[in-house]
Amino acid sequence: MINRLGDSLDFQSQALMLRSERQRLLASNIANADTPGYVARDMDFAAALREATGTASLGTPAMRALRASLSTLPGHGGAAGDAHLRYAAASQSNLDGNSVDMDRERASFADNSLRYEATLRFINGHVRTMLDAMKSHQQG
Amino acid sequence: MSMFKIFDVSGSAVSAQSQRLNVVASNLANADTVAGPDGKAYRARHVVFQTELMGEMGAAGVRVSSVGEDHTAGRRVHDPQHPGADAEGYVTYSNVNTVEEMVNMISASRSYQNNLEVMNAAKSLLLKTLQMGQS
Repeated sequence: MINRLGDSLDFQSQALMLRSERQRLLASNIANADTPGYVARDMDFAAALREATGTASLGTPAMRALRASLSTLPGHGGAAGDAHLRYAAASQSNLDGNSVDMDRERASFADNSLRYEATLRFINGHVRTMLDAMKSHQQG
Repeated sequence: MSMFKIFDVSGSAVSAQSQRLNVVASNLANADTVAGPDGKAYRARHVVFQTELMGEMGAAGVRVSSVGEDHTAGRRVHDPQHPGADAEGYVTYSNVNTVEEMVNMISASRSYQNNLEVMNAAKSLLLKTLQMGQS
């Protein structure tokens, strides 16, 4: 029984973890909006979450998924693993080789913050449901 | 918690942009300076940004790798009455392009604001994460 309590929370916690990773990626993109030659990166969230929640062994699954996705990046080890991390294609080419599209990054950032908060609320709701279920009927 | 790294990333960007703004300010302040006794006028300076990987995967900050000088020739104006005029009556001004510097300034301040906003968003998300399971 206690297993089932943990498992259902686990999915949300993995999602929250990946959301925070994506938030960090987007923050890096916005920070490097003026850096020549910087290539914007983004995460294939659905694939990363599928991998993070699909298997459960050897460290945090979310971290493992991210590590696998990052291994294709230059300067981050070999070229093995699934690529959940994609290079974002520039909508308008830039002479200095920078592919950060500020409008898109801002939109993604807002979207990701909202989804992060939504996941937080799911977790809170879940915890509240569990607490209510554990209360005896005398306590109301 | 990986989101704490956002403060490092955006913080580095904010400090890089403020350095850029600083350089723009000194360029604009020297826009009309003339050549000194050594015959060399002020040269416009430009910052060069570089991506800085911040240890943790996927976190990329910014740093100012160098501050380079603009090597284009300074403005030469024929003004024999000017105390700074050379033998042919020309005064050499600095090579600052005021319009370019103004555009640079606007771009730097916009980027600064963007990064501040990112930090504020991360802060509010982290505060809400702290209250997880409480309400």
